[in-house]
This record gives sequence, C-alpha cells and structure tokens, in this order.
Amino acid sequence: MAFYRSHVLVCGGTGCTSSGCQKVQEALATSLKREGLDKEVAVVQTGCFGFCRLGPIVIVYPEGAFYTQVKPEDVPDIVTEHLIKGKLVERLLFKEEMHEKPVSLYGDIDFYKKQHRIALRNCGAINPEKIGEYFAVDGYQALAKVLHTMTPQEVIDTIKASGLRGRGGGGFLTGAKWEFAARAVGDKKYVVCNADEGDPGAFMDRSVLEGDPHTVLEAMAIAGYAIGASQGYIYVRAEYPIAVERLRTAIAQAREEGMLGENIFNKGFSFDIELRLGSGAFVCGEETALLASVEGKRGMPRPRPPFPAVKGLLGCPTIINNVETLANIPPIILKGVEWFTSIGTERSKGTKVFALAGKINNTGLVEVPMGTTLREIIYDIGGGLPGGKTFKAAQTGGPSGGCIPVQYLDIPIDYDSLAEIGSMMGSGGLIVMDETSCMVDIAKFFLEFTQDESCGKCTPCREGTRQMLEILKRITGGQGKPGDIELLEDLAETIKAASLCGLGQTAPNPVLSTLRYFREEYEAHINEKRCPAGVCQALLNYRIEPEKCKGCGLCAKECPVGAITGERKSPFVLDAGKCIKCGACVAKCPFKAISR
Amino acid sequence: MNPLKMIKLTINDRSVEVAEGTTILEAAAQAGINIPTLCHHPELRKEGSCRVCVVEVEGARSLVASCVHPVMEGMVVRTNTDRVRWTRKNIIELLVAAHDRDCLTCDRNNNCELQRLAQDYGVREVRFPAAVRHDPPDCSSESIIRDTNKCILCGRCIRVCKDIQGVSALGLAFRGSRTKVGPAFNRGLANVACTNCGQCVAVCPVGALKERSAIDDVWKALNDKAKHVVVQVAPAVRAALGEEFGMREGSLVTGKMVAALRRLGFDRVFDTQFAADVTIMEEGHELLHRLENGGPLPLITSCSPGWIKYCEHFYPQLLANVSSCKSPQQIFGALVKTYYAENQGLDPKSIFSVSVMPCTAKKFEAARPEMARDGVRDVDAVLTTRELARMIREAGLDLPSLPEEEFDLPMGMSTGAGAIFGVTGGVMEAALRTVVETVTGKELRHIEFEAVRGFNGVKEATVAVGDRILRAAVVHGLANAGELLGRFCRGEVSYDFIEIMACPGGCIAGGGQPRSCSKETLQMRANALYREDLGKKVRKSHENPAVQEVYQKFLGKPLSEKSHHLLHTSYEKRSDL
Repeated sequence: MAFYRSHVLVCGGTGCTSSGCQKVQEALATSLKREGLDKEVAVVQTGCFGFCRLGPIVIVYPEGAFYTQVKPEDVPDIVTEHLIKGKLVERLLFKEEMHEKPVSLYGDIDFYKKQHRIALRNCGAINPEKIGEYFAVDGYQALAKVLHTMTPQEVIDTIKASGLRGRGGGGFLTGAKWEFAARAVGDKKYVVCNADEGDPGAFMDRSVLEGDPHTVLEAMAIAGYAIGASQGYIYVRAEYPIAVERLRTAIAQAREEGMLGENIFNKGFSFDIELRLGSGAFVCGEETALLASVEGKRGMPRPRPPFPAVKGLLGCPTIINNVETLANIPPIILKGVEWFTSIGTERSKGTKVFALAGKINNTGLVEVPMGTTLREIIYDIGGGLPGGKTFKAAQTGGPSGGCIPVQYLDIPIDYDSLAEIGSMMGSGGLIVMDETSCMVDIAKFFLEFTQDESCGKCTPCREGTRQMLEILKRITGGQGKPGDIELLEDLAETIKAASLCGLGQTAPNPVLSTLRYFREEYEAHINEKRCPAGVCQALLNYRIEPEKCKGCGLCAKECPVGAITGERKSPFVLDAGKCIKCGACVAKCPFKAISR
Repeated sequence: MNPLKMIKLTINDRSVEVAEGTTILEAAAQAGINIPTLCHHPELRKEGSCRVCVVEVEGARSLVASCVHPVMEGMVVRTNTDRVRWTRKNIIELLVAAHDRDCLTCDRNNNCELQRLAQDYGVREVRFPAAVRHDPPDCSSESIIRDTNKCILCGRCIRVCKDIQGVSALGLAFRGSRTKVGPAFNRGLANVACTNCGQCVAVCPVGALKERSAIDDVWKALNDKAKHVVVQVAPAVRAALGEEFGMREGSLVTGKMVAALRRLGFDRVFDTQFAADVTIMEEGHELLHRLENGGPLPLITSCSPGWIKYCEHFYPQLLANVSSCKSPQQIFGALVKTYYAENQGLDPKSIFSVSVMPCTAKKFEAARPEMARDGVRDVDAVLTTRELARMIREAGLDLPSLPEEEFDLPMGMSTGAGAIFGVTGGVMEAALRTVVETVTGKELRHIEFEAVRGFNGVKEATVAVGDRILRAAVVHGLANAGELLGRFCRGEVSYDFIEIMACPGGCIAGGGQPRSCSKETLQMRANALYREDLGKKVRKSHENPAVQEVYQKFLGKPLSEKSHHLLHTSYEKRSDL
C-alpha cells in the first residue's frame, strides 16, 4: 500500500460542489503532479464537513489545517507554502468571528469543538466512493458482528435498549418498530430507508448519503437480518444527484465485496438493496405515502392501522427508517448500548444533527448530544447572530414544528422538551430569527409550504390549510379582521384533530406556536395595521423623521424610484405615494432617521 | 372456516359486540348509531379521506376516521361529543367553501349528500372566502358531463373506475388545494379509455358527474307534430323507476311506466325486451354457427356498450370473439326505422326513436357512426332512468297513482327471457333456453339456470347442449371481466360462451339508474326482473310470436343477409390510454 506523507481532503458535498470544489480538486491534482508530489500527497474527495457557509473547504492532514473558501487560484499557495515549505497559508485559514487570530486547526474551531459526531462520524473523513476507506473506519464490522455473534432478537434487543428514536420526525422507538416487523407474519419483509428529506433547509440526510453511503447500506442489512427481510429499498429524492450517484457506487461496491447479495459473510443471510427515486413531494416522507410511491402509485398517505410494520410495501411487513437513524445503528452495535445511552437525556439518547440556518453566523450542519441547549447550539457552535442583532426565536421541526422564544434558550433540547413547548424535533431544521423577523410572516411561509405540499387527499389538510393561509395572507396584507385569530385557532384545532396523516396533523403548529408566544404581533397586524418587525410590506409606512435627519442625502441617492427629495443639510422628505417600500433608504441612513 | 372472533367495545357508553375486522362505522351502525360519511361507499374500497366520519376514541392522539378504523377490544368510542360535532361541522363548512354552490340549479338539488350534511350539521354560514375553481365542464363525452367545480374530491369515482371497473380513466392530478380529479393530461373523457359505463356518475355524492341529458331533444320531438315518436324501455328501468317516486325498492312498475310514457305523448310505447328476444335469436344462432364451424370461441355477448368499449380499449385481440350482434337497443332502433316504418307506411326520417335505458354508455352507443344508415340513426335519443323520472315529474304525473297499461304491439310483445337481460346472467340464461331447445328440438323442462344467477363476480356453468357440453361463464363489473379475459389470454381457462356486463350486477346497477344503491337494493331489483320473467306466459325468446313474425315477414331467418345488414355491427381497436 502506498504511503502518503500528507492528505488533502476536499469537501465534495452538494454545498461545496455548488461553490466550485471540483475545480479546486482538479487544480490540486494538476499542481501536485507538476511539482512531482503526487506520490507523496494524496487528494481525497470527501463528504460534507458541515461548515457549508465557508465552502469549498479543504483540510490538510496530518496538521489538520482548515482552509475555507478555497478557490483554484489559491491552490499554488497551498502546494508551495504548506505542502512544500511546511508553512500554513494564514490568509486561507478559518477565522472565528470573535477572535483576532485565525484558528488553524480543525479540532480547535468552536463550530466543531462542542459537536459529538456519531451519524456524521465519517462525513468529511473518508472518501465515500471507496468502500476500502469505509472498511478502514470499521465499516461493515457491525454487520459482521451481528451475523457472527448475534441472533436477530439480540439485535432488536440491543437497538431497543439503546433507546434510539427515529430521527426523521416522529421520534418513535426504532427497536420497537423493528420488533413489530419481526413479529409480523409475512412471506416477504422489507427494509425501506426514508431518504426523502423534505423539510425546508434540512440536509443532514443528504450529507450522510453523500459522505458515508455505506453506513446506510450496512445498517439496512443489519435491520434486514433483525426482522427477516432480504430486500431493501432506499427512497431518495431525485434532486439529490450526488447522493444518488454515490449510493449507486456504494451498492455496486458492496455487492462486489459480498457485503450485499447472497449469503453474506457465508452466514446464510442474503440481503440486497435497490434505489427508488422520488420526485420531491414533501408528503412522500410520510411512511405510507412513501410506500405508495415506491410501489409506483401517487404518493398519498393511507389511514393506519394497519401499520407498515404489519402491512407495508406490497402488503408485506416493512420497516421504514430515516437515514440519520440508520447511521446510528453500526456504532451502537459496535460500541454497545452503554456507550450510546451515556450520551443524551433520559428519554432521548444519542445525538441529533441540526441544520443551522437563518440569522446565524455559522450556517451548516452540526451534531450535538441530545440535551444540548439552544443557547449552546446558537452561540457556542453557531457563532451567534450576525450584525449584533438580538435573538427572537428559533424555528425547529420545519413545517411541522414551531417557534421557540428567547425564554427557552436554556432548555435542554430533546424530543419531549421540544414537544412540551409546542415545537418538535422534526428532522432537525433549526432556523434562527432576530428582531427583523415577523412571526406572522414566518407562519405564513410555512403554511404556504404545507398548502403546496399537502397531497390533497383529506379535507382538513387540503381545505383547512388553504383557508388558514388565506387568513394569514389577509393579516400580513393589512386586511386582518377582528376574529381572525380565533378563526385560525378554530381551523388549527380541526386540522390537527381530523387530518389523515402527520403532515396535516402538524401543519397548524407554526401558527399555533407563534400565536402562543407572539400573539401580540398578530394583534398589532390586525388591530393597529402595523408589522412590528417591519417585514410585511403592506403594513409599512416609510417616513423620514425630520428631527433625526441630518440632510446628508444618502437616502435620496439610494432610492430607486426617486421618492425622496430635499435640500442638503435640511431634513429630506419621502413621498409615500411613490415609495415602493424596498427598504434601501433605511439600510443606507447613517442616523436611523427613517421609520417604517 | 374459523368462527369469527368477537370484539367488545363501548360506543356512546353502550356496550357493543361485533366481529373482529368490523370498522367503528359498521359497529356503530349495528348499534343503531348513524355516523355521517361522504367518501365512504359500501361497495367501494375504504379511503378515509373526507374525515366527516371522525369520532373520539379514548386514548387516541387525534380523532379517528370511523369508516376505516377497525374496532379493538375494550375500545371506548364517542360519536356525539361537542368536539366531534364541531370538527365535523368545520369540515363540512370547508367543503362547502370549496364547492360551487349553485344548488338551486344543480342536477343534484335535494339529492345531494353534501347538501344534506350541511343541512344536518346546521352549516348556516361559511366563514371562509369561496375557494371554488372555475374550470369549464368537460362536455367531450356523449355520455357523461364532468364539472370539477362541484367536485369535493371524495375519490369515489376514481375508486369505482379503478377497482370495480378496472379502467382507471380518472385519477388525481396536482397537489394541495389545486388537487383535482380528471382523466390523464387533462384530456376530455371522450379522449381517454373511458367506457362511458357511468358508474362514476352513480357513486358521485354531489353534482360533479352527471349524464349528458337528452330531455330537451325528447321534449322537442314530442312537441313536433311532424314526428312520429317511438319509445323503447329497457328491462332494468321498470325495476328501479319506482324508487325515484318513493316506491319500495324492487317495485316492478312496468304498467305504470307504460301509462306515464303514453301520457308524456309518445306515439308508440314499445319494449326493448322484444329486441332482446331478437338478440337471442341472432346471438344464439351465431353461437351455434361458431360451435359448428370452429369458432372463434368463446363467443362473448355484445349487449353491454360499456363492455364493448372496454374490449376495444383493453382487449382488442378479442374483438373477433365478441358477437357481431348489435345490442337490443340498437336492434330495436334498426327494426323501428325499417320493419316498423314499412309496416306503418312511415318515412324512416319522420320517426324519432327514443330509448329509456339504465345506462349512460347507451348514449355513446347510439351515437356510434356504425349505428346509422344514410344519416338515419337507429336510436335518436337515449334517456336514462333518472331522466325519465324527471320528465314524468316535469309533466306533473304521479307515477305511483297511474293505472297499469300494456305496451303497444307488435314490438311491445316480449318474453321472460327478454326481461332477465337486465340482470347479470340473464343474457346467458335466455340464450341457453333457446339454444338448448334449438339443438335438441325438445322442450326444456327446467328453464331456470340457477348457476348463472346471483352476484358472484364470476359464475361458471357447464350445460349439455345436445351431445355437447357447453362451457359458459358470466362476469359483471369490468374489473372482473378483465381478470377473466386475462386468464383466458394466458391459456389458464377456456370457455365456449361468455356473458359480460359492464356494471356490477348487470343493467339493474347501470350508470343511469337511481343513485347510491346497495347490494340489497340490487337484489330487490333483480328479484323484480325474475318476477317479471315468471309472470310471462312465454318465457323463451324463440317462442315470442312477434319475433317469429319479424322473421317470417321481414328478416327471413337468423343470420340472414338482411339481419347481417341491419342487426349486426363491427368494432374498432382503440387506444388503452
């Protein structure tokens, strides 16, 4: 085996691919070859590092130098300075928001320090397109252990004892699900991986599939052994082309190496996996809709019972596990229940991956132990809010979840605590909002999403969300009426109580939770025709306050429609009739003299 | 068979015991508690989509849809709490908000399930803006008009079309509140593989699906002094028309119906059953001819125009097996414009030939270009049973109090064999009565062929015809037909003669009959037709004197050149999309 003195890891996730990592990788290869270093230094394309804001990301080992926003032009510096002369390229090193000096090393970065990576353990560490690299990090050891030393019931008992709960939204105990399917009677059984990640802003499943596809395959085979299934399907969005490609590669390699197929490890257990591409309907993340889609039908949920564990794909007992859930399985098998249960809280074990988005410095993917507080995630890992803005709320759980206000910044986050305060874990989307976010507008955004993505089958979800959205549009458009809040609550209760599937039953949550914590914002919109956050255009009235205006004229220069006029050094005037409420003047005014 | 396990539960504080697998809705019905439904239909796959039937189940996170939720031991159900009533009312209100509310001018006014629910639940105001779509109605089909603006997306039409008829001409498109029911690619019904069977019309709870009405054309003809207006009535009509006037299900209203038609102004009131007898003569001899001349076998009946179109779309390879005989409606029409016209000295062009049918597909059939000669259609207008009822009401007639009158002669004379055409197995039974006697030359003692009666999806019988054993099968419902034909095409079964009726139960359950009928209603309609058969002096088609006369004076003999010209037709392969 060839020995390399240095490894240059280039992120090959979707985020970094969009920001041009491919060109960086090519430049590295060319440059190393030109310098004759290609036998000494290996370039490795990995999965996502999670720090998507600063891509393309390059890490050079053994030092662990963390270079961000690397362009092909930067490559000669990395090669000559770092790889030849042994000096770090300071200008490319990551710099913390709060610190003066760049942080050179991967492990020293705040973003990573507080993380505990189980599901993402191999993302950014190995080349996902080489099964050998997965082998090198104990890949398929768990499957080997299971097949050689454990009965199916022991596997189920282990997963049950670990307390692992579904990471896709529902939070159902994974081991219990497996047990139901194992006990169900059926000639054939199926293992289905739900890779139909659909929450706006969430991309942890994509990262696992792109960065560590084999872990999903391995976990599915283990699940197949546990419940007595020999066939698995991965239902993955066609909009994840890199994930799809890497899964294809991984399945082919696993078959070649005997990790999938007939008689795995010569233990008489056979298991194979096929891909099914979804077209991105959000509702297909709901398990019965997903199964319908896998069967080639329109993706629509059906009433339960019967549950899929009893009657699932093609009428056979089926388990459906989400990608992140599956990624936890091999470590649990290898490291044991005690290790896993030592992480997390009483009723939520292990870690959870969150996708940080919104008004936060370090957007990206983070994995933290259950029970970490929102404050730690947002401030210690996420680097706080940009521009010195103050935290207003965090939205978790996507369109099914709710907003968490500032008073709950310090509650330990797990399935139950989030549900208690009217939100939910969901798949782990976490959107941070500051004082410039209007909560009614946020609720409207999510209702627009669910209304768009409702499958249209049941009345409460189809018609109810449409009418809720109409009311929200009315409120944000300045046409709110007394009684609208009560009507929203009335509809919300009906939709929650009577919808067919989880999508509908949780669709009102964004409205209910914002009503719970920010009712006064709704009231301001309706009664005072005012948007306190200054977001809802129809409710904004731009005005230059003459006592604050110094007459600098910057606003007039900035205004795209010539709505501001005046003489320098005396207060300017804004013509509300011409104003298009774009906000450009407010952003420009150095004296905060423009109100809205 | 294992005895059914019984489940004990409580509904509204009353203890109920029902068989395992029963739904809450069914259990409640057994306990005398009615739960409202919309998407639910007793003959269709359970969907649980409208959510009007929600009930409270102790310990459940949300309300549950009682139409799909099975009972469980110890379950505590409440169907009439404030929360349940209020949720149902909200759901109904949401449906009403999305529904084109032109109730006064709607085909379903006073006969609409949504209207009735809104009434029962006291929906007196709609707090939401109207969320009605404004699509033009689909009028492409000769048989069926579809108005998506009234559709409440219950999915009954989709289920009946897919599960019962095996056609899948309708499906859902789009998502969220833009979801709508329609044929593929938003084509009109006329441009997809729709069989016009009208089962969708029969199960639609609102006015989104209805037949293309011929009432205006018929009134116009009736008021035209220059027109000689002749009407024929299919057997199944007399077994169901009474329901439209509040009469008991299964009332046989033949005489009253004839009286009503006369009072509407028809010049002659004839019976399609006469033509059914002629059909037996032709088809029976066609069968014998094929048996003697090496096929193609099986011979498949051709009375049901829904079946014919299904075959053209999905089994074109079997079109040569289908009897070339026109359906009774068309045979009748052809004879009216030739034989009857000659007899009466009338110009065929001055005759307006109307049929009253339990069927929507008959409208399409009558309009097929093969069903006309020199621009003269065999049948000029087709009314459904429901349309006839409306005309009777419009004319101010009260069907139950009308006297009983007789059909006009000669084409009103029919046999019991013709009467049972209206129920599944009837054509087979009628044909066997004639075929067996024709071959053996001996009188058949027992003329009831019980094996082909009843509502089993596929019925099989072997019958001795002389020294030959005839293998017969009877199917109704196009999904059943498709399955049987699939097995035949794969060589798994073989038959000599197959009767296929498009509608489940035969014409008594046709798409033009009074709506929303259960299995029990069907049974009573079938019984009515078997009563009509029993009450006839002549019960075999070949013994019908009027039929014998047609052959003597006009057609010659069955399968003669004249019959071929007038009473037989051809079919065309159509796309399966």
